[in-house]
Amino acid sequence: MQTTLKVNGKTERLDLDPRTTLLDALREHLHLTGTKKGCDHGQCGACTVIVEGKRINSCLTLAVMHDGDAIKTIEGLGTPGDLHPMQKAFVTHDGYQCGYCTPGQICSAVAVLDELKAGIPSHVSADLDKIAFSRDEIVERMSGNICRCGAYSNIFEAIADVAGEKA
Amino acid sequence: MKPFTYERASTPAEAAAMAAAKPASRFIAGGTNLLDLMKLQIETPQHLIDVNRLDLDRVEPTKDGGLRIGALVRNTDLAANKIVRRDYAVLSRALLAGASGQLRNKATTAGNLLQRTRCPYFYDTTKPCNKRKPGSGCAALGGINRGLAIMGTSEACIATHPSDMAVAMRLLDASVETVSADGATRAIPIADFHQLPGKTPHIETALRPGELITAVTLPAPIEGRHVYRKVRDRASYAFALISVAAIVGPKGQRFAFGGLAHKPWRVEAAEKLSGPDAITASVTLGAKTTPQNAFKIPLLRRTLGAVLAEA
Ligand SMILES: Cc1cc2nc3c(=O)[nH]c(=O)nc-3n(C[C@H](O)[C@H](O)[C@H](O)COP(=O)(O)OP(=O)(O)OC[C@H]3O[C@@H](n4cnc5c(N)ncnc54)[C@H](O)[C@@H]3O)c2cc1C
Ligand code: SF4
Ligand code: FES
Ligand code: FES
Repeated sequence: MQTTLKVNGKTERLDLDPRTTLLDALREHLHLTGTKKGCDHGQCGACTVIVEGKRINSCLTLAVMHDGDAIKTIEGLGTPGDLHPMQKAFVTHDGYQCGYCTPGQICSAVAVLDELKAGIPSHVSADLDKIAFSRDEIVERMSGNICRCGAYSNIFEAIADVAGEKA
Repeated sequence: MKPFTYERASTPAEAAAMAAAKPASRFIAGGTNLLDLMKLQIETPQHLIDVNRLDLDRVEPTKDGGLRIGALVRNTDLAANKIVRRDYAVLSRALLAGASGQLRNKATTAGNLLQRTRCPYFYDTTKPCNKRKPGSGCAALGGINRGLAIMGTSEACIATHPSDMAVAMRLLDASVETVSADGATRAIPIADFHQLPGKTPHIETALRPGELITAVTLPAPIEGRHVYRKVRDRASYAFALISVAAIVGPKGQRFAFGGLAHKPWRVEAAEKLSGPDAITASVTLGAKTTPQNAFKIPLLRRTLGAVLAEA
């Protein structure tokens, strides 16, 4: 089935079996292997990408459902010579060990800071209308990204750094 | 996944007609439950009808002071909606207690109501399960059933409904609006929407084959303190062992419960009583527990105590 995806600003035309998940379209068809497959069932967050400005699990959606959509992956956030501030902060704060969960963590973290700015509440927000940065807020909002290496405290420091907050 | 064909619907009536034309089809909205189950071949539709392009993604006031929530409104957007935050805070709270940020960005109002059970044997295709394969038996009865239901169960199935949002919808007396292939519309009160398992645990709702949910409507807001308290094995990103949705206000109190039954559980008679002991006794009247899940009754009592102290 003919499907057009706008990936990292580039229009890509693909002919896909409808069963192809967005994750497989990115990795197997477009060879953007930065986005990782962990569980393939929405449980780990390794496959997190930003679609039309919102973070989602690319393993639990079909590429054909996203015809015409703008998709941002870790490759589109920054390049080795020109890192996104969140990528830089993960390096500075050692926000990873093996690195497998990292692209998902970074995509999620970038979107989390946007969600805070947009005033979107979370489970730990004491007041649904007053949303502010805090350790609890970040920990709750990042709970969909699992890190088997347990780099969580450094991941938090990287995010706090980009948010301009003291960790 | 088994092969399937795929098409996009552009109007609700067209979606319902497409479903009627192909009985082995399913609607796909967020896909976060359906695709998960298709990968495991627990769901094997031959045809998918993508409803994501339908114009059903708005939250609008109704003329009787309530709110009409389009079937495709995403869980994040519903939880963050200004009117919902202000007037139906228990719904925001229930939504935010479920899943993860990524999943809530994708999950829809209709899909959330229709998500299927998390019973471990429903997911294990090597085990008997009457819900997955009618007549095959129930592996949970003699197996691991710590998380499963204690109210309204049957010999055939003791699964729970996993949705947090649905518990708040039950508390708020929501109503589910639908359209069928012939264009007929109806509104189903949430109390009648989800079914008890009985002898047919594979039939989970009052929807007819091919019937499309177009919206969920809420009556005018109920004054009082809105609370949703979820108890789970870890503090985030886990399904409920039990949950309590409550509104306590000048016109009385009301409660709905998750993790107890095959549907959001509400016992209106219990709302006239006072104190966690009396309310729990009334809500769990006739409970059928197993040695593994009997803890849910004292847990419910203590959680209610905490909710009443907070409210
Ligand atoms: C790891 C994980 C953790 C989770 N944790 C929680 C949790 O803690 N609490 C919780 O409540 N939920 C949880 N969920 C479940 C999540 O909330 C559901 O997957 C989601 O709400 C389903 O919505 P959807 O739009 O993606 O549905 P889909 O997967 O698209 O559809 C689900 C079902 O609804 C049908 N359907 C969809 N739209 C319509 C319509 N308009 N009319 C008729 N039928 C329709 C589909 O045919 C399908 O049968 C979790 C899920 C995952 C993967
Ligand atoms: S409790 Fe229900 S869902 Fe679980 S194994 Fe038994 S029949 Fe299947
Ligand atoms: S690979 Fe998508 S959430 Fe794990
Ligand atoms: S760095 Fe190894 S899984 Fe997170």
